[in-house]
Amino acid sequence: MIGRLLPVIIFLALGVLLAFGLKIADHKTEIPSPLIGKQMPAFSLPVLGQEETMVSDQDLLGKPFLINVWASWCPTCRYEHPVITDLAESGIVRVIGLNYRDEAADAQQWLRRFGDPYDFSLADLSGRTGIDFGVYAAPESFLVDARGIVVFKQIGAMTPEIIEQEIIPRLQSGSKVQ
Amino acid sequence: MKTLFTVILTMLTSVILAQEPLVFDTTEQEARFIKLTTELRCTVCQNQNLADSDAPLAQDLRKEIHKMMLAGQNNDQITTFLVDRYGDFVLYRPAMKGNTLALWLIPGVLLGIGAITVFFTVRSRNRKLTAQRQEGSN
Repeated sequence: MIGRLLPVIIFLALGVLLAFGLKIADHKTEIPSPLIGKQMPAFSLPVLGQEETMVSDQDLLGKPFLINVWASWCPTCRYEHPVITDLAESGIVRVIGLNYRDEAADAQQWLRRFGDPYDFSLADLSGRTGIDFGVYAAPESFLVDARGIVVFKQIGAMTPEIIEQEIIPRLQSGSKVQ
Repeated sequence: MKTLFTVILTMLTSVILAQEPLVFDTTEQEARFIKLTTELRCTVCQNQNLADSDAPLAQDLRKEIHKMMLAGQNNDQITTFLVDRYGDFVLYRPAMKGNTLALWLIPGVLLGIGAITVFFTVRSRNRKLTAQRQEGSN
């Protein structure tokens, strides 16, 4: 009896496995960030365009903010740019750029050409702060709460759906905590 | 033939030169670096290890590991540095713990199921053969 059922059971098990594989196929290359729920890494970086002004992680505390990792060499950054612009203009959350592994001149030209939605951009030209944030594929966005805890990370382009479903709910629940 | 050989050789050298030269204090240190970076996954091109990858981030990470090594950090400290930032994903041989338990155990379990199946199949076939032989001799 079990001998006859065995092929059916194996077939079903394989089916479940493959269906699961298909479901996660789009997100397979995304690496879950170990930073979620932890304090954001410490840094002190110059502001893009005002190299004498240094900003540290401590300077950003007090209000939730979104760190958007971007670069002029990154095509997907250009693709998500209108979404980031809309988010910044809506005033829902403070948006800060992290200009990652870029040339200052290229970065500033990029902002002149496509618009600068950021409060300011931190210039991480060497990419060292990017490593501390676990950045591996721009664009990436980190939602950080008022105390500096990373509450959400988006790998790849920001979309209106993600703002609606992931960012806004976290901002609302965050405001209750404070 | 000789020209072709020269061309190929030149191309190979340029590939090697494209990688930044990292200078080590000792040959043991260099060997340790090579072993460690082959066991770490490049997060950009995920089917390559850190030693082989030409991605800019992989170059940065190699430099960082090199720096840590010269500063006298051991393999555990370096691995922890990367896992804290990129998660267990960077390890080709992740530590055995809660969420990686399945990863480590499933191959063994499958092997066990295979062994048990083979055992029972062979035994029942043996019995059948013995029975047939007895019938034949009767």
